[in-house]
Amino acid sequence: MAHDHKLEIFRGLVKFKSNTQKIWGVLVFLTIITAIEVAFGIIKPRALTHSHFLGMKLLNWIFIVLTLVKAYYIAWDFMHLRDEKSSLRRAIVWTPIFLICYLIFILLFEADYVYNVYKDGFITWDF
Amino acid sequence: MDATVTTGTEESVWGGGNKPLGASYGKMMMWFFIVSDALTFSGFLVSYGFSRFKFIDVWPIADEVFTHVPFFHGNYPMYYVAFMTFILIMSSVTMVLAVDAGHKMKQSKVVIYMFLTIIGGAIFVGSQAWEWATFIKGDYGAVETKGGRILQFVDAETGERAALADFAKTLPEERVKHVSSEGIWFQGEGYKTSYSLNEVVEGFKATPNILIRTEYVNEEGEKTVLDRKGSLEKIMEATQVVEGANLVHNEYGHRLFADFFFFITGFHGFHVFSGVVINIIIFFNVILGTYERRGHYEMVEKVGLYWHFVDLVWVFVFTFFYLV
Repeated sequence: MAHDHKLEIFRGLVKFKSNTQKIWGVLVFLTIITAIEVAFGIIKPRALTHSHFLGMKLLNWIFIVLTLVKAYYIAWDFMHLRDEKSSLRRAIVWTPIFLICYLIFILLFEADYVYNVYKDGFITWDF
Repeated sequence: MDATVTTGTEESVWGGGNKPLGASYGKMMMWFFIVSDALTFSGFLVSYGFSRFKFIDVWPIADEVFTHVPFFHGNYPMYYVAFMTFILIMSSVTMVLAVDAGHKMKQSKVVIYMFLTIIGGAIFVGSQAWEWATFIKGDYGAVETKGGRILQFVDAETGERAALADFAKTLPEERVKHVSSEGIWFQGEGYKTSYSLNEVVEGFKATPNILIRTEYVNEEGEKTVLDRKGSLEKIMEATQVVEGANLVHNEYGHRLFADFFFFITGFHGFHVFSGVVINIIIFFNVILGTYERRGHYEMVEKVGLYWHFVDLVWVFVFTFFYLV
């Protein structure tokens, strides 16, 4: 229950002595990730902006993955999902993930289609 | 006759008088609210993605838009937003520490940590207000074409952006702000630009080292700059001067960018603001000893969940608005 905390992060690689210590540890980790994101955003390494994966720049994929990592640690340690029952955790996490993935899929596909209509179709929008 | 088949587990786990998910009613409802709010925010962010993918080759580049830091002049992309992100994560940390102190029934510690959380939230909302003000005020100024495209100006020698004031002529003309009382219909104009279109166009013609930068992004991921001849042709398409951004015109590029900026960061800022208000209420309850008498600090935990959620949303807004 609420009073006993799981004190391991990174699948048991790091184990903290107390809950307070774990919180500070997670803060350090989140700060490092944010710093990496900002550094990448300012430097914009050529190797990453000119290679693409699934139609998007590799750099943007890195940003998205790092964001999901951050979101995981905020939800698991700050919102203490780690300490909740797995049934509650699954109900809360997988429902939105499923719906959001679906929404992203349909809207971005549609947007790309509209982009191509603007580009190749007989529609002038820059006049 | 008992028609329902009851198994032993139903009796003991879901049969009532029990907490099958190990969470109280209030906490469950807070989680359900967070899930539905998360879906609202995803709707906004995905529709931002929709508009962006629709106009993928003309979308503004965020780190050319948000380049300011308070009290400093110059070009500092991203630093201030990174600072804001850090403030919000930091206030999340003090919030968890408050929840942790609450579990241990340490009233004075909860008070201190709640106070720090409120301060962090206030700094964040203030920073966001400043960001808005800077965004609305504008930077260099631009002109808009009949098709609603934005044309910006660059210095041909340095490649730096040129402000309207750098080259616009001051002509002896009277530019009167249109007010609703003098119109055919009750329609006024929102603001009066510091230079008229004529002044910008004449100044542009007279200054050979100014080129036009279009919205189109080239292979290098930069905005296309026209040559002098192309620029002189393009400037004739301009219909009005744009300074700053609002819901209709946006000097930074596509107007949808400004619309989504106001809408998404505004909605998030409203969440932060309401979070601060709720935190203050709980803060006073803690001081008054309400939870001490109740015997547990679960209220702090619930409001903490909301506060972390606001932080969680910002992590995504940060990525999709400022980084990607």
